[in-house]
Amino acid sequence: MKALSEFFYMGGYALYVWGSFGVTALLMIVEPIMVHQRRKSVLQRISRLVRIKSEQKS
Amino acid sequence: MSGRIFNIYRFSSPATFYPLAGKIARIAAWIALLLLAVGLYMSFFVAPTDYKQGEGYRIIFIHVPAAWMSMFIYLVMAFWAGIGLVFNTRLSSMMAQALAPTGAIMTFIALWTGAFWGKPMWGAWWVWDARLTSELILFFLYIGFIALQGAIDDNRRADRAGAVLLLVGVVNIPIIYFSVKWWNTLHQGASVSIKNGSSMSTIMLQAMLVMTFAFWAYSIAVSLYRVRSIILEREKDARWVSELPEVGR
Repeated sequence: MKALSEFFYMGGYALYVWGSFGVTALLMIVEPIMVHQRRKSVLQRISRLVRIKSEQKS
Repeated sequence: MSGRIFNIYRFSSPATFYPLAGKIARIAAWIALLLLAVGLYMSFFVAPTDYKQGEGYRIIFIHVPAAWMSMFIYLVMAFWAGIGLVFNTRLSSMMAQALAPTGAIMTFIALWTGAFWGKPMWGAWWVWDARLTSELILFFLYIGFIALQGAIDDNRRADRAGAVLLLVGVVNIPIIYFSVKWWNTLHQGASVSIKNGSSMSTIMLQAMLVMTFAFWAYSIAVSLYRVRSIILEREKDARWVSELPEVGR
């Protein structure tokens, strides 16, 4: 337990080290999620487009 | 550009590049995850405490890779944009567009971690020194490129305007890189250089390099995944898009 709290204490630099790694981790998690959402919405839009086109043909 | 010149041109067609980008992105994502795990472990548990900066120096393991990526991605973007401008290839402009948000994020990470490193070591979150200011300009170049692309409806015109902006902005990259040499900056000089090798301890350097490759793989994965969406958006009327298995009917 002591080792763990010591680890998070970072020799007194906790705010700076975790402030850096935390924000970096957050961005590197959020970016892929946003990219994935974009793909989902693009595929949805195109699927609708294709559906409308095929309905017009028939 | 027809296929008879070089087989490599085959992949300048969005229809053939789309599945390839998906495959490379998947592999790169796994490599990124693996390297991030190894790199983080090395950063915190293998690399020793610095004799001068204590544990605070560990920020280097994300700060330097992010800063390198911020410059490198910009160069790759400018390269693709230039190719797009000269040869009028659609795909290269799409690549430039796909790299921009990732480059902007890398630049932001470099600035943010720099501030969180500067505060305990220099006593200030921010100083207007040449290195920091030129990196901030790089961030604005990314944002400007993204805004410009978004503001112009016609894709072709947006590509051309964006390419010109990127190519003019390239001049900023050597300024960032050599700023610590040309001016008397508060920011320290390069710890790793091609000419002088590294002034860091081997294990610290190794951890930093693993993190650099991890950021590299991450950037490849995310931007290729993004370019697939951009390809679909721009080619939505093409027959091959409507025939994709992921496009539901």
